[in-house]
Amino acid sequence: MLSAEEREEIEAELQRYPDRQAVCIDALLIVQRHRGWVSDEAVRDIAEALAMSPAEVDAVATFYNRVFRRPVGRHVIFLCDSVSCWIMGYGRVRAQLAARLGIGFGETSADGRFTLLPAPCLGACDHAPAMMIDDTLHGDLDPERLDALLDRYS
Amino acid sequence: MDTPLTQHIRPDREPLDLRSYEQAGGYQALRQALTLAPQAITRLVTEAGLRGMGGAGFPTGRKWSAVPMGPDAPRPKYLVVNADEMEPGTFKDRLLLEGDPHQMVEAIVVSAYAIQADVAYIFLRGEYVLAAQRLQRAIAEAYAGGYLGRDILHSGYHLELYLHISAGRYICGEASALLNALEGRRAIPRAKGVRTAVSGLWGRPTIVNNVETLCNVPHIVLHGAEWFKALGRGQAGGTKIYGVSGKVRRPGTWELPMGTPMREILEAHAGGLRDGLALRGVLPGGASTEFVLPEQLDVAMDFDSMATVGSRLGTGTMIVLDDQTCPVGLLANLEHFFARESCGWCTPCRDGLPWVQQTLAAIDAGRGAPEDLELLAMHTRFLGPGYTFCGLAPGAMEPLQSGLRHFREDFERHIRERRCPWGADHGDHLH
Repeated sequence: MLSAEEREEIEAELQRYPDRQAVCIDALLIVQRHRGWVSDEAVRDIAEALAMSPAEVDAVATFYNRVFRRPVGRHVIFLCDSVSCWIMGYGRVRAQLAARLGIGFGETSADGRFTLLPAPCLGACDHAPAMMIDDTLHGDLDPERLDALLDRYS
Repeated sequence: MDTPLTQHIRPDREPLDLRSYEQAGGYQALRQALTLAPQAITRLVTEAGLRGMGGAGFPTGRKWSAVPMGPDAPRPKYLVVNADEMEPGTFKDRLLLEGDPHQMVEAIVVSAYAIQADVAYIFLRGEYVLAAQRLQRAIAEAYAGGYLGRDILHSGYHLELYLHISAGRYICGEASALLNALEGRRAIPRAKGVRTAVSGLWGRPTIVNNVETLCNVPHIVLHGAEWFKALGRGQAGGTKIYGVSGKVRRPGTWELPMGTPMREILEAHAGGLRDGLALRGVLPGGASTEFVLPEQLDVAMDFDSMATVGSRLGTGTMIVLDDQTCPVGLLANLEHFFARESCGWCTPCRDGLPWVQQTLAAIDAGRGAPEDLELLAMHTRFLGPGYTFCGLAPGAMEPLQSGLRHFREDFERHIRERRCPWGADHGDHLH
């Protein structure tokens, strides 16, 4: 069931669009902000709230890469794998993350700390290679900086 | 004032709040606009020759002219800001959104007034968190200051402005796919033939414009079409936010006269290539443009001049290929991106791009065959213009077809020597 808070936030979004389905993406992101990811149950709840079928909501949920249909770690790393970062050493960053955290794209570290996902160009090409951890952008990544950075997240 | 778009932007400080923006002359363009007839603004923008800075370069005034006007026009009408900057190698709209959010808001109100829109949405990619915070603050201040909402500055004009945070996917930058995303659907492109200016969001008249395009509008209203045209070098008018990334000394963005030669941007602003590196090519305006070669660097970076060297201005943010970076690996990276970001709606794109990507990855890893080059060339034709709903696959073929032409010898060497001459760790062979 949607919490009172989730329901309230979804209702607030409804003011901004002329029909209920339009709120679908916002609703998925709202639920994800509260629960960390979007479960099958959450899909059914959102569908009910927006008078859509669960299949319709799931079709939307599975399209967008920032909607997580599986549980993620406490922090999500979005590593830019686009061309400028590739030129500037994305491969080394990815290899270091794999070695240090033991994970590849789509995986969560055994301690539940990090999930690693690829991101299309983060628009930080002048500070390549770059990545985001949760809502924070980190650029000019090199091996020492990356190590120190990961230590800051528990 | 030769850098109108970035005049208030300082990378080391917070953007101007409403009061400082007003003190710096902000919202004067809106005051002026509200004294003019809406069509007069569209006319000004047309005379100025403003073109779309999101990559396509379509004349903005002509786009707006297609919107039904007058008391019988269908309502509500919508203005949508495409702030879904995701073209690889492109980082210019971020500067405008983070650096001067009130300029963005003013630009939206002026432009919305020109087409008499009732509602405007900023479609912002989810990763631009700082931009979202700053825009949200600017929007709230603008509502409180009477620049948004009912009866703006007692003109009788109403506009609601909402910030929509996207849930991802490059295809959302395609205007009609973006509209589907705003309607809460999968972001697949809509069939061509129906103009969104007539039937867009929820079947209503809708204009979609890029961030940088719109940010020019208040300045054109304030200073006129002739002033705007005089900002440019040569035939093209206005300024452009150019960018350079790759192995140059000073990667970054700069607002310069439209038509500044590529060489000047690369050498005087980006500082040239790092020591010991030589230039092999430049993707002039994001991943969906054709390579420009070192001997073509004197070309002016504007829409028409770029066509004379067989490429496009695109987003005007260049990606530099140096001689220690493998061109085959670079193309494999680009096509990996496009294959992943295909929405899957039409077959050539959904099935063709993974084939292209896997073929490139195989060549790069030393597992290519001579006939692969003909296979790739065939794909550049069948994924080109005319076979797909939208521009994603044709855009993906632009760097590939020019890469096959200019770096043929590098492809052949990979196949002949059964390895990447730059070594296995030049980038990412993991795709």
